[in-house]
Amino acid sequence: MNIVEIKQGRLIDPKHNIDAIQDIYISNGRIAGIGNAPDGFAADQVIDATGLVVCPGLVDVSARLREPGNEYKATLKSELHAAVAGGITSLACPPDTDPVLDESGLVEMLKHRAEQLHLSNVYPLGALTRQLAGKQLTEMNELTDAGCVGFTQADQAIVDTQVLWRAMQYAATFGFTVWLRPQEPYLSQSGVAHDGEVAARLGLKTIPVAAETLALATIIHIARETGARVHLCRLSSAEGVTMVREAKQKGLKISCDVSANHLHLTEHDIGFFDTNCHLRPPLRSQRDRDALRQGLADGTIDLVCSDHAPVDEDAKLMPFAEAEAGATGLELLLPLTLKWAEEQKVPLAEALTRITSVPAASLGISQGHLGLDAQADVCIFDPQQYWKVKAANLLSQGKNTPFNGLELAGKVRYTLVNGQIAYSG
Amino acid sequence: MHNPQLTKDGKLKHLLTTEGLPRAILNQILDTAESFVGVAEREVKKVPLLRGKTVCNIFFENSTRTRTTFEIAAKRLSADVITLNVGTSSQSKGETILDTVDNLTAMHADMFVVRHAESGAAHFIAQHVAPHIHVINAGDGRHAHPTQGLLDVFTIRRYKPEMHNLRVALVGDVLHSRVARSEIHALTTLGIPEVRVIAPKTLLPQHVEKLGVQVYHDMNEGLKDVDVIMMLRLQNERMNGALLPSAQEYFKCYGLTQEKLALAKPDAIVMHPGPMNRGVEIDSAVADGKQSVILPQVTYGIAVRMAVMSILAGNSE
Repeated sequence: MNIVEIKQGRLIDPKHNIDAIQDIYISNGRIAGIGNAPDGFAADQVIDATGLVVCPGLVDVSARLREPGNEYKATLKSELHAAVAGGITSLACPPDTDPVLDESGLVEMLKHRAEQLHLSNVYPLGALTRQLAGKQLTEMNELTDAGCVGFTQADQAIVDTQVLWRAMQYAATFGFTVWLRPQEPYLSQSGVAHDGEVAARLGLKTIPVAAETLALATIIHIARETGARVHLCRLSSAEGVTMVREAKQKGLKISCDVSANHLHLTEHDIGFFDTNCHLRPPLRSQRDRDALRQGLADGTIDLVCSDHAPVDEDAKLMPFAEAEAGATGLELLLPLTLKWAEEQKVPLAEALTRITSVPAASLGISQGHLGLDAQADVCIFDPQQYWKVKAANLLSQGKNTPFNGLELAGKVRYTLVNGQIAYSG
Repeated sequence: MHNPQLTKDGKLKHLLTTEGLPRAILNQILDTAESFVGVAEREVKKVPLLRGKTVCNIFFENSTRTRTTFEIAAKRLSADVITLNVGTSSQSKGETILDTVDNLTAMHADMFVVRHAESGAAHFIAQHVAPHIHVINAGDGRHAHPTQGLLDVFTIRRYKPEMHNLRVALVGDVLHSRVARSEIHALTTLGIPEVRVIAPKTLLPQHVEKLGVQVYHDMNEGLKDVDVIMMLRLQNERMNGALLPSAQEYFKCYGLTQEKLALAKPDAIVMHPGPMNRGVEIDSAVADGKQSVILPQVTYGIAVRMAVMSILAGNSE
């Protein structure tokens, strides 16, 4: 086992209110000491972190790894390399693979294959209904034993509200978290863009804000009735943020997230049909984006995720509506979060909670902090270093990014998983 | 943002939409079209401007009228013309748009006239063709149909030359209409002071007012004192369902009859991009009446398409 000392870095561990220049000592894959070396500590590897930030490895609640079934888009190996390059040491993957993650055998296989790579920790979200078809519940206890940390429909809404109610009741029975993206299926049918100026101009089929707010109202009501623990995925609208804020004020135990893309982009970024801006949910107006940024700052939105969705080149080389939705994001989560914090005047330590301790708590996993004896998952980055996003240079197999060419601050220098250096750059 | 249909020095490279086209280029097209109107009346209906060039009509979506007028326009310019009705067949065989386009490029085509059911298809093709090829959008989804928009503006200019003093009303299904979008951008760029849209809310995009138009839901109000009435086609599949209860009720509220026409200026002209649904959006008496310029639109359509093709060919390096 590696024995590692990280020297002279600015240690930021939000969960323990640490923000100071402190050394950190790692052995046997665990945090062995902070500030002072434990007795008899002899490092066989020393990382000089002068001028760098040392923080818990990032936790991403939504990254599509495309395995099983869609290896032509991406593989576990390619995407987990991208994850560690982005400082992400734990991630949750949605079940919309082929086959769908609705059986424990598939989940065990995925976990096993991921573990063999010794890169990021992979936590599958299981399907809430079989085949994500919205009809029959999955064996949630079996799936939990196999390693699922929650249940979701990914992008497939449950049309039948009776089934949705039962699914949430059943999950509540066992204390499982249900992850739902609020989108009313009829109002969003075949839509690809926000119901705003750009869609009016370009003649694109739309997904109105009401598709989000109606679904939110349904989910919030059922959550209240059933007592289910709900996490709302990928808010996109100002009205949605207001509804979540009010529900939280009334004491409802819900959490929610936003994708890093939606913190920075609006419908106008579609320009002349840029398929890299074909995202789910759609990019909305500037007012919506500003509300999402504010909501994340004031804690209405709990956390940011990459919503990583690698897409093969051909699937983006199509007219806008036919192109596959999604953007690659693992390597951009940190810099895009830092950019938001800088522009929104959120202190660095506070911003880092949104991609470390808070998502870890939402997933119910032990990572996301650097307490004594915690698993030594560490991200070391240079907050001042600017780098230019070049799609071709991303490690992810998906080169589909709307941020190509943008200069961003925040470069990951080392990523440690389980005390081992999984990435250095 | 760089306008993808212009060359770096601001000349027309492709015609993809009327949106964002400089007024000078719009006028250049209209003026050039003016010079081609006479060609059809000559004994030899041909000019040699595109001799030796190959124009390829690629229709991923069916069309009779637009395809035919493009063919005639290219032939009158002495181009060689091939027309491919790709339909959905070769797409369902797995061939992508780019494969189709690459194959035609390999056959040394010089100009593509493309129609596709998805908004943005023409932009997409223009972004990926070889640099010497010009692309003309002959209709992409709900987005744009620029030559139709231009021929409509050309028709207006012929009948109402004082364009800075006009009120124009578009009536009907703006939501699904690429023609409406192209007309609106061309009209607003040319400085028409008042462009109105008249339709039920189900047939208008949200925020349509951002396109620079005034919105009316009551046809009697909207037609008051207008100089030009452009009727839009209503697709059959949209007549009975959640957008509209029936063709009859649509005609009652938004069909153009002699009585409603009387609300416009006495010398107002009536236009329709075709094909018409008589008795749905327009009464036969109006369509065939003395204020109708629907057939001249078709005639001018050829001149406008000749103008666009010749300007594009002239802008080749």
